[in-house]
Amino acid sequence: MQRILLFLYSIRAFLLFISLEAAAIWLIVSYNSPQGAVFFNSSNNFIGKFLNAKEGVTTYFTLGKTNQNLAEKNAQLMTQLTSSLLEQDSVTFDVDSSMLKTYEFKSAKVINNSINLRTNHITLNKGANDGIKEGMGVFNDQGIVGRVKGVSKNFASVISLLHTDLLISSKIKSTNVIGSTQWDGKSSQKAKLRYVPRHVTVSKGDTVVTSGYNAVFPEGILIGTIDEIAKGTETNYLDITIKLATNFSTLTYVYLVENNLEAELDSLQKITKTINE
Amino acid sequence: MNSKTIILSIIGLIFYFLIQILVLKNLVLFGMAFCFLYVIYLLLLPIEIKTIPLMILAFILGFGIDIFYDSLGLHTSSAVMLAFLRRPWIQLITPTGGYDPNTPPNLLNMGLGWFLTYSIPLILAHHLTFFFIDNIGTYSYIPMIYKTLSSTLFTFILGVIVQVLFYKKKRGI
Repeated sequence: MQRILLFLYSIRAFLLFISLEAAAIWLIVSYNSPQGAVFFNSSNNFIGKFLNAKEGVTTYFTLGKTNQNLAEKNAQLMTQLTSSLLEQDSVTFDVDSSMLKTYEFKSAKVINNSINLRTNHITLNKGANDGIKEGMGVFNDQGIVGRVKGVSKNFASVISLLHTDLLISSKIKSTNVIGSTQWDGKSSQKAKLRYVPRHVTVSKGDTVVTSGYNAVFPEGILIGTIDEIAKGTETNYLDITIKLATNFSTLTYVYLVENNLEAELDSLQKITKTINE
Repeated sequence: MNSKTIILSIIGLIFYFLIQILVLKNLVLFGMAFCFLYVIYLLLLPIEIKTIPLMILAFILGFGIDIFYDSLGLHTSSAVMLAFLRRPWIQLITPTGGYDPNTPPNLLNMGLGWFLTYSIPLILAHHLTFFFIDNIGTYSYIPMIYKTLSSTLFTFILGVIVQVLFYKKKRGI
């Protein structure tokens, strides 16, 4: 018995090494699972305040660019507004009022961002107190950004589109072919469009937008343009590379979208599923 | 180790931590070369420090950095790996005549040749662990090797610059 204890004592450093590595691997696994522990991340209240203070300094360096983007977006919205106001002579009818507030939009500021790892996250300066909920879609004036993973009282952490586990239901705008956008972990400007069958004709330069099927994003938010088409190694699907519209290295302000009918849509889809089975 | 060394180590820890999360997190050259300067801090701790306290320190430091990187467990596991390998490696490359007691193993005290053989394999081990775990499941191993090598070089060069600028040579007798 004493010998065993002495032996264990002599390899104590190794045992501690094994247990610390095991703890680290447990952290990795639990954090990357969809229901992961959200406490130890940058949306934690203390960490968030710290990052907010840091962002208060660094945000001034990108002010000019941000202003320009916001002005462009304003101009674009203004054109839409005037064109919709001018249609008074055409016949219009009111949409069912329950559909009017399907989507609700909120805005937030990015206080922490990374683009170079395989699993990138973004931290926002708004949280549960401002009505941010888990699962909301995130985009900015250029295009899609990601999806909210966890919220604390005042901060939210977002899975960036640059995260190899995130799939976004998308479609090619001109032909309405659906697929899923997923990042392959290589360049922060490019992603893959998966599950597009081989018989479909796809041409370079086609626009890819969100499909609106998964109830997170409304239909038609820009994802990017098709950059490269190859036959790919999978027998049934094309290997399509998208050039992303969003510039992830200069994210400052983002919009969040909540689908008020998501629960209804999900339960309906669940019912159809059980009937089909 | 006297109390002065301990206090200096704690100040160093805070300093390296803040530099890492505030400045170096956003500094990635060509999307390839990362700089994990806190590795240099772990390397420059006194030679006499035992593996167990060093591993616990590395765990805490790595965990703190992970929270800000939103990469829970990545830095932790690679820093612990580095701490585990450090002491055996130091003993393996003992120069003739052994180490002087209470001498930090830095560039100015030990010379460039010794510091190269000391730091490069350990930094490489740390970075390899880091990028390997980061890449599990993507099967893109060639970019992983590029990232590891360029980051090792970047961390080493910045580590040398920091030592030349901010460290003092210990006076001989």
